[in-house]
Amino acid sequence: MKEEEVKELVMELSSAVGISGKEDSAVAVASRHLERYATRLWRDRLGSLIAFKEGENPGEEPFSLALVAHIDEIGAMVTRIEEEGMLRFTAVGGIDPRILPGQPVVVHGRSPLKGVVGAKAPHLLSEQERREAPKLEDLYIDIGLSREQAEKQVRIGDLVSFDAPPLAMAAGKSIAGKSLDDRAGVAALIIAAAELAAARHRANVYFVASVQEEVGLRGATTAAYGLAPALAVAVDVTHGETPGLSPPDVFELGGGPAIAIGPNYHPALVRRLMEVAADERFAVQREADPGSPGTDAWVIQVTREGIPCALLSIPLRYMHTTVEMLHLDDLINTGRLLASFARSLDRPFVEGLACF
Amino acid sequence: MLLEKLSNLPGVSGSEKAVREAIVEQLREHGLEWQTDTMGNLLVRKKGRRSGSRRIMLAAHIDEVGLMVTSIEKSGHLKFRPVGGIDSRVLVSKRVHVGEEQIPGVIGSKAIHLQKPEERQKPFELDQLYIDIGAKNKEEAEKYVQVGAYASFDAVCTPFGDGCLRGKAFDDRAGCAALLELLLEKDTPPFDAAFTVQEEVGLRGARVAAYTLQPQYALAVEATAAADTPDTKKERSSTVLSGGPAISFMDRTLIVHREIFESLVNAAEKAGVPFQFRRFAGGGTDAGAIALSREGVKAGVVAVPCRYIHSPCSVLKESDLRHTVSLLRAWLEATA
Repeated sequence: MKEEEVKELVMELSSAVGISGKEDSAVAVASRHLERYATRLWRDRLGSLIAFKEGENPGEEPFSLALVAHIDEIGAMVTRIEEEGMLRFTAVGGIDPRILPGQPVVVHGRSPLKGVVGAKAPHLLSEQERREAPKLEDLYIDIGLSREQAEKQVRIGDLVSFDAPPLAMAAGKSIAGKSLDDRAGVAALIIAAAELAAARHRANVYFVASVQEEVGLRGATTAAYGLAPALAVAVDVTHGETPGLSPPDVFELGGGPAIAIGPNYHPALVRRLMEVAADERFAVQREADPGSPGTDAWVIQVTREGIPCALLSIPLRYMHTTVEMLHLDDLINTGRLLASFARSLDRPFVEGLACF
Repeated sequence: MLLEKLSNLPGVSGSEKAVREAIVEQLREHGLEWQTDTMGNLLVRKKGRRSGSRRIMLAAHIDEVGLMVTSIEKSGHLKFRPVGGIDSRVLVSKRVHVGEEQIPGVIGSKAIHLQKPEERQKPFELDQLYIDIGAKNKEEAEKYVQVGAYASFDAVCTPFGDGCLRGKAFDDRAGCAALLELLLEKDTPPFDAAFTVQEEVGLRGARVAAYTLQPQYALAVEATAAADTPDTKKERSSTVLSGGPAISFMDRTLIVHREIFESLVNAAEKAGVPFQFRRFAGGGTDAGAIALSREGVKAGVVAVPCRYIHSPCSVLKESDLRHTVSLLRAWLEATA
């Protein structure tokens, strides 16, 4: 896939809406891309999208690899309609309330309604208020309607997404926008699928766009059980370098995906990823992860009798904001590394995973 | 729509050229004459169907609050300071346009995952915030941005809700749109319009504009904070949306001249234009500077109520803007 196509792809995925629990629109975008490269496409009971491409494995017992990236994004849910017509809300996934004042949003009512999270004018602020971080329960969404009008358009439980179209930065090869966590991962899966389309590989490959990751790794739990792959690679984002933070908390933008090392990750998979990256001269970084960074890999590893896992992470600045920023090279390298890794697999490697 | 176009243009105090030029373009299309001064004020003397006996000045400021780049870090991040009054708590996770080339930039923050629980309780300080234009280092950033570059909020003016608009810089592009509409009308009585600069940094443009125009009567046409929101106690709500233009009696810079105040109320009542009083005596407007020009000017303020002013995304109701134009028209008829 060419750089220009990748840019369009990730921007399209970032624009799509898919708050945890209602990922349909984002899934539709991913399906449209994946169906070009897959032999079969379906959604499981929780809604995760699965695209299947068969490998060529003459005379051997087939085995399968799952590449998993979550398609859901953080957002909000309406909890109450105030007298003034403003909407109170609760977070879906981890949102920092401090990013919300003055933030444009879309309320998914009977039809999509533009709105904005209220921010008191500085003229009206007290000294005390200036020193405090806003709390979620004090914030509200203004949809420009009276209570009566709002009640006709909006119901409690309606979802709210950020109205933050992606930006192609002028400097560097960066893209900024909402929900690049983890549409970047989904884009990497699509890049890998495109790379594998014309390539020979022994493994049967499942491309999984998992749902409900942000609320507790739920889609990956049932998808991994349902597919029971011989091994899996989760593709997510990790923190990109940010002022005020230094390694090991953050990774270089443009330095390639981070390969995670730790108890969550099977040493043979980690080693193979490193070897493939070295052979193909893909830039990669090493991420020491003594516990869980809270990705789908955490639940996949302990599915059924155990599924060997690895994690590739794309460096992303300002995670869980509306201006998350990534470098296109990292995304492209992640997709290509996934494809090369898939091509490198054979039956003996898979059999060796239980005795390493 | 005039306001939509004006709102989207960058015009941080001291760099109002784009807004000025957009207004000049409208004036030119309608065959109106104008002049500019050394600060960047745009002055238009409108002739009416009869010659007025009084010199009247209507002022709206073309500048907006924004940011200025103060240094470029090794990492390519831009440090900045606000231009005008901005609550720095609204800046994080927002988009900006930097410099004359309008380079896209974002204001990010340390991800919530990496903050200690006690950090999460505190608002981000200005020193913790940076503009990120995607440059990999200082050298690359300098190809696009120089120290001293202005940055304005990147918010596209969008209609929504029940006749509302969402966007940046309604303070005071709403006033500019009102003035421009009155200028482009055929039948309005004569008046002088001043599109002033640098209001947000201390009412500076209006001061010299008033000196030049020498008005006897003046109105600042403004956008003022509406506080009809759940976070404000009823008794503290300064103005409300849908209430029509707000007439001021006093603010931090001006005690509205009684004659102006009465004539505004009379004009509104006579013309049947809905209006409200600005129930708040804080803030300041160009009228404060104009009132003290030369030997003094009788001055007042009419303002469009506007929620979340000085934030990247403010909200106003089009009907309030329309009624503001009606009130100004009625007042001019009665006063000129």
